[in-house]
Amino acid sequence: MTPGPTESPVVLEVRNLSKAFPGVQALDNVGLDVRSGEIHAVTGENGAGKSTLMRILAGLEKPDSGEIRLKGQPCRLRSAHDAMAAGIAMIHQELMPFPNMSVAENILMGRDPNARALGWVNRRKQLDDAARLLGLLGMELSPAAPMRSLSVSEMQMVEIARAVASRAQIIIMDEPTSAISSREADALFALMRDLQKRGVALIYISHKLEEIFRMAGRVTVLRDGRLICTEETARLDRPALIARMVGREMDSLWVKTPVSHGGEAMAVRGLTRAGKFRDVNFTARRGEILGLAGLMGAGRTDVLNAIYGLAPADSGEISVFGRKVRVERPRDAIRCGIGLVSEDRKGFGLVPGMSVKANLTLSNLRRCCRAGFIRPQMEGRLADERIRAFGIRPADRNQVVNLLSGGNQQKVVIAKALFTDPKILLLDEPTRGIDIAAKMEVYAIISRLAAEGRTIILASSELPEILALSDRILVMREGVLAAELDPRKSSQEEILRCAMPN
Amino acid sequence: MENPATVSLMHRYRRIAGPYMLVIALVAIGAILAVLNPRFLAPANLVNVIRQISINGILAIGVTYVLLTGGVDLSLGSVAALAGVFAASLAHPGAAPLAAAVLAGIFAGSGCGLVNGIVVTRGRVPSFIATLGMMTAARGLALVVSQGRPVTGLSPGFAQIAAGDCLGIPYPVLILVAVAALSHVFLRHVWAGRYIYAVGGNENAARASGIDVDRVKLLAYVACGAAAGLGGVVLASRITAGQPNAAFGYELDAIAAAVIGGTSLSGGVGTVSGTLLGALLIGEINNGLDLLNVSSYYQQIAKGLIIVGAVCAQQRARK
Repeated sequence: MTPGPTESPVVLEVRNLSKAFPGVQALDNVGLDVRSGEIHAVTGENGAGKSTLMRILAGLEKPDSGEIRLKGQPCRLRSAHDAMAAGIAMIHQELMPFPNMSVAENILMGRDPNARALGWVNRRKQLDDAARLLGLLGMELSPAAPMRSLSVSEMQMVEIARAVASRAQIIIMDEPTSAISSREADALFALMRDLQKRGVALIYISHKLEEIFRMAGRVTVLRDGRLICTEETARLDRPALIARMVGREMDSLWVKTPVSHGGEAMAVRGLTRAGKFRDVNFTARRGEILGLAGLMGAGRTDVLNAIYGLAPADSGEISVFGRKVRVERPRDAIRCGIGLVSEDRKGFGLVPGMSVKANLTLSNLRRCCRAGFIRPQMEGRLADERIRAFGIRPADRNQVVNLLSGGNQQKVVIAKALFTDPKILLLDEPTRGIDIAAKMEVYAIISRLAAEGRTIILASSELPEILALSDRILVMREGVLAAELDPRKSSQEEILRCAMPN
Repeated sequence: MENPATVSLMHRYRRIAGPYMLVIALVAIGAILAVLNPRFLAPANLVNVIRQISINGILAIGVTYVLLTGGVDLSLGSVAALAGVFAASLAHPGAAPLAAAVLAGIFAGSGCGLVNGIVVTRGRVPSFIATLGMMTAARGLALVVSQGRPVTGLSPGFAQIAAGDCLGIPYPVLILVAVAALSHVFLRHVWAGRYIYAVGGNENAARASGIDVDRVKLLAYVACGAAAGLGGVVLASRITAGQPNAAFGYELDAIAAAVIGGTSLSGGVGTVSGTLLGALLIGEINNGLDLLNVSSYYQQIAKGLIIVGAVCAQQRARK
């Protein structure tokens, strides 16, 4: 596909880099070389060490040992400022813009062009500089627009413009497509190609194999902090790359065990929330897994949040087991037997500073209480049951939850949602950002829950996942239900076709 | 160092040593003071230290509730003064039973806390602003009710609240111990206490877990107000007057004690025992500097340094 520019000079060389955190060797003798004008993908399961490696390159973390050479010169990156001065810029997964400043100010932040004029900011020049740069990169953004009015993908563009403004020769992108639509991703990819032609080296961290094969000339795979390989993508195929990531061959993704469905568990009629979704109608039966597909921003999350009462609908009705219910806040939903696993694990799923036990029991703490007092033995026993049933590791109920890996945190979130014993479980991107092994465990949990007769509504961006798990698939497009598909007779292409705006 | 076993051992050491850091500091400073002036260790003096911190301790435990939810209460001092004025008004000999005077103070404090809580939860006003308003308004109300003059002529019974003792332990100390024990049990072992930690730790996740976040916050502000009211009653008894200008700046000492004790200003982290130790540390140092005849001007400098130093040490220990 894209030939790796094997003859262009190496701009960045990493040798024998190691870094340990308490209890874990995050990087173990890792090496990496990046050539100018190449798109170099770095991939691996969660916890493989990608983020640590990138944070070291961006000057945010100090390595324990090892060497970094820029254009052949050894260099030390002690701070983000050092890295920027050395020509390394990082586009973070979670963007860190200054929301109350203009696009121009964000682009030129940290690189004041008028440092000579006693720190006086020349706004006109700032706007001009920013406009020129945006034009150069083919971005249609007003430099005077306030940052907070931008979409996530536009903010990303601004971050990239900022990297270019600082004359970065190496730009690190940490999962840049995780929060943008595929159309916006196409614009991003075009920009990446453009930067590549200008000789900028792009280090591209991604889980998405399609994108790696589409964009990257070479790919480096990390596993458990070790370098597994660096290879040209043209010489690899998907199974081969997955095998390197997980260290074993994966022949099938997931095989669904059929479950017989009971009567209607939930019906939604005419559900509308201004600006988010309108006139959403569907029913779901006991034991059924109802897939909810759609592009980012199509309204999947908004529908689930409305049913759960996090952001209630303006109009429409929800019935649970034939009874009309009013849901104005999560408490109401929980009382009706509805549970939610939010897509935003850190924001809505967990209390990060609390123990695994306290998180697990939080949604129904009174179940462990007598006369208002928490009974420690009972709470501990219930928590241990969940830890065992969901395979949460480490199996220590007193562990602080934010020290767990992403996959185990997700299992805690699911177990917590189930602690109220909901008959209807809303799952929003339940496998986002977790490694393949943990995904498999989550799939098994979902299937088990359906077999228990619970109704599952599964919103996911991962088409193979939604095809493999669902009994029926609803596709959302721009706030409305666009299609209903039978997964046995459907394909990823067909889902995408229904999901794409005309 | 690289060995995971050693690392986890160090982790455990920190987890265990962390809570005791304050105890170690308390003992170490005590030892230094004892060497510099042996009178420090006299039982009468030690009781005195605890008596002196009792009011700040009560207020500090109160503000811990609010800090745990991620808020702050700046109105404590004014509310304490208002509660003192209310209590004193009912504490003239023969005016009302002693219990009525005490309850009036506590209710006045709780009422202020309730208003704070409503403004924060229903009005969506940041707690800093809401309680800043209460700080001014409660002080004003105290001045109005007392017509700007100290309410004096209190019954001997009322004066006994601060002056009396039981088996040599002053009543204020017993009150502090009771407040601390009650709060400890509530925050640790009652579901509503766990909810306070959850709301401060991650408000959105708490809401998504079905917790009525507003009610939990309201509860914290009311508890804080009640503690301020109780502290105000003890203070009025100690100065034998409902003094509308009393307790000026006490909120900052209370917040300082909680923060020295490991309570996080961003919520979700903190313990009653930590707050208590924080208050003790401040009291110990004040007392020690008194014994060493250090002028109160220098004492303020010392206190400022200790607050910042203590939090600095905790930040490093947490890493």
